[in-house]
Amino acid sequence: MAPKKLGLKQRYAHMTRGLDWETTYQPMDAVFPYDTFEGIKIKDWSAWEDPFRLTMDAYWKFQAEKERKLYAVLDAFAQNNGQTGVSDGRYVNVVKLFLTGISPEEYQAHRGFAFTGRHLRGAGPRVACQMQSLDELRHIQTQIHTISHYNKYFDGISEFPHMHDRVWYLSVPKSFFDDARTAGPFEFMIAIGFAFEYVLTNLLFVPFMSGAAYNGDMSTVTFGFSAQSDESRHMTLGIEVIKFLLEQHPDNLPIVQKWVDKWFWRGHRVLGLVAMMMDYMLPKKVMSWKEAWEIYFTEAGGSLFQDLARYGLKAPKYADVATADAEHISHQNWAVFYQYTHAAAFHTWMPDKEHLDWLSEKYPNTFDKYYRPRWEMWAEMEKQGKRFYNPSLPQLCQVCQIPMAYTEPGDPTKIAFRCSEVGGETYHFCSDGCKDIFDGEPEKYVQSWLPVHQIFQGACGGATIPDVLNYYRMNVGADNMDYVGSPDEKLWNEWHAGKAREAV
Amino acid sequence: MSVQIKTIDLEPKRQTFGHVARRLGGDKPATRYQEGTLDVQATANFHYKPLWEPEYWHYDTRKTAVVMEDWYKPLDPRQYYYATYNIARANMNQAVERNFAFVEERGLLETIGEATRAKLLTGFLPIRHLHWGSNMNMAEITQRGYGTAVTAPCIFSAGDHLGMAQIVSRIGLELDGQTGAALDAAKTAWMEDPAWQGVRRLIEDTFVERDWFQLYVAQTLGVNAVLLDMVYRHCDAAWGPSALTVAMLTEFMADWRAEDGKWSDAVVKTVAAESAENKALVSTWAKHWIDRAEEAGKPLSTALTGSPAAATTAADAARTRARALGLDL
Repeated sequence: MAPKKLGLKQRYAHMTRGLDWETTYQPMDAVFPYDTFEGIKIKDWSAWEDPFRLTMDAYWKFQAEKERKLYAVLDAFAQNNGQTGVSDGRYVNVVKLFLTGISPEEYQAHRGFAFTGRHLRGAGPRVACQMQSLDELRHIQTQIHTISHYNKYFDGISEFPHMHDRVWYLSVPKSFFDDARTAGPFEFMIAIGFAFEYVLTNLLFVPFMSGAAYNGDMSTVTFGFSAQSDESRHMTLGIEVIKFLLEQHPDNLPIVQKWVDKWFWRGHRVLGLVAMMMDYMLPKKVMSWKEAWEIYFTEAGGSLFQDLARYGLKAPKYADVATADAEHISHQNWAVFYQYTHAAAFHTWMPDKEHLDWLSEKYPNTFDKYYRPRWEMWAEMEKQGKRFYNPSLPQLCQVCQIPMAYTEPGDPTKIAFRCSEVGGETYHFCSDGCKDIFDGEPEKYVQSWLPVHQIFQGACGGATIPDVLNYYRMNVGADNMDYVGSPDEKLWNEWHAGKAREAV
Repeated sequence: MSVQIKTIDLEPKRQTFGHVARRLGGDKPATRYQEGTLDVQATANFHYKPLWEPEYWHYDTRKTAVVMEDWYKPLDPRQYYYATYNIARANMNQAVERNFAFVEERGLLETIGEATRAKLLTGFLPIRHLHWGSNMNMAEITQRGYGTAVTAPCIFSAGDHLGMAQIVSRIGLELDGQTGAALDAAKTAWMEDPAWQGVRRLIEDTFVERDWFQLYVAQTLGVNAVLLDMVYRHCDAAWGPSALTVAMLTEFMADWRAEDGKWSDAVVKTVAAESAENKALVSTWAKHWIDRAEEAGKPLSTALTGSPAAATTAADAARTRARALGLDL
């Protein structure tokens, strides 16, 4: 009898894990020095189910086709001045937030998946991680190329890498990814592969892309569509990783549960920026943050964790607190940026009456009671020429690094403060979730590079706000402050006055 | 006369990003390679030391002994960013598909005779493991290296080695009627055949090299320039009447080597030219790994061609190449 021809699965195994071997001239533990210290036990790497079966020839072919199409659209967008056709000049601030706050994290993911793509002992997951590393490089580079055209006309993004390493609110996403990058390879996979790319992706990547679609930003939304099949692959990798770890050994469960709790909460805090973007920054709104949270976390996340319950995994700790936060988080964040608009590299604005009405409708439990009066008061102050700026520097949470502006669960009139003492020093937190994370690894989080502490220590260019803005390379009067009165607004109005004249 | 479509010209405020403009010496239009590469990696104000290597930051210039005033000097002469890289490889792969179809249609691997078949199984197919090891090394440099200018092309190169390992695997499947038996035999040879043990020892030793730029030199001037060139360029005699078939099925490797080598040569040359100290270090590393690769290649060369000459020829070519990059060997 002739030997049997290989099926697709075995063929792919020969093309990937079949390439691997047990080293004998160097001990395996020296070749893979990082995949044991976290305490994760893997009995059998060969039990790994490849989440997708893509050989490099197919990868190159698919990705090249996608890139050809994407760049054709980017070129057309630039050639036809697509930036003049977005819903409103304010919209561009969403793009600014994305390039300064999100894109550099795509790069971190690229390097992080190269780390796991080299250092996990199983060859199957290594191949999948390397493809994700390539994809993430794609994402940072295509995002830069997409937004490059906006940079030619709008302020605030010209110094994005420099700002990412320095500006106070950008330390929120940066510290999140630094945290994952400096964790062990398994924690990185749960943090980024599972929590970020699987559980939370519909609340991060998707809102930006839907926002682009609703607001006439054809280049960014085309990037979004083009990246969709990459993201699907990343999601299948994320879910395979968690299942694999939980199936391999019962001792892995408490470790994985702790990571799921940690990265859910950390992710939830970073997503506050997206919440603010959706509720306050999109001229044409897709849905409210609260609605997005209900659909993508409460419902979709709920069924995911039901599915994972068979491994003994529970829904993340403080998921209920996060759900309650969805009523507040966007309003509290936009209020922070409104007060500190002089130190932000995108523009803020006072929501107009129509916008306030929309928020009242979307947030019937909280907006009129707690937040609308504040906007109305600040609008009144603006009218009197006393626009409110906060001249002090805020205290930051030691873990998420967000200014301590969030309120107590159940009492939106009271700021939440938590603290822990380590080595005679007191560390402050915005929430029980952040305090738990700190208490779980204090030796890690005492290291946080907190922008406000650094300013006070003289590490950010000097003692005054102008010194610090100079250190940020912020172009004062163009990059920062309100949209109304900005060079962005002036340019936008010129374009549209031109259009109106032509129409007459 | 030419056709002219009128478009609205809006005067841009700036041509490119600030960090790119400073490197170009002024606000000038920049290429996509430049915008997608320059200063993309974070450089300052990191938050936490890695749990797995607390003596360094995760991006840290001290992970190699060579010192660059600016790690964005060693640029990629191919100017690859993700899109252009993938499009180039997709185009190269069209030729691969045509060549495999050509060989299959004419049954060129079915009539090669037992002796050549056996030689391909144990003498050629195991090179897929060397590509896999090379993939591991390039992934390591991607994660461990400093500056997007060097590290981004490394993940491309890692993908290339995986792709080449898969092309070699396809050749194996052509030889064994798509059963995988040839690949199993080749793995046994890789693990046990004395002809391969020097090569396997060398690549395993590179896996534990902690200095990422030394690893870069070991991979590009040792593994690529000596061992891969030896097998793909200097052992044609081993395949007898099938030499042309093998050459067709490995056309990708020949094209890749010329192109990847252009990049890796530029990187080594630039880093060595930075200072006398760098030049001395890179020269020592190049000498060490070329010498080792030559020794490792000799038994394989002998098994394939009856003489160690192919290893020496490839190593001498690598030495000439290294000297042309400004190294003292």
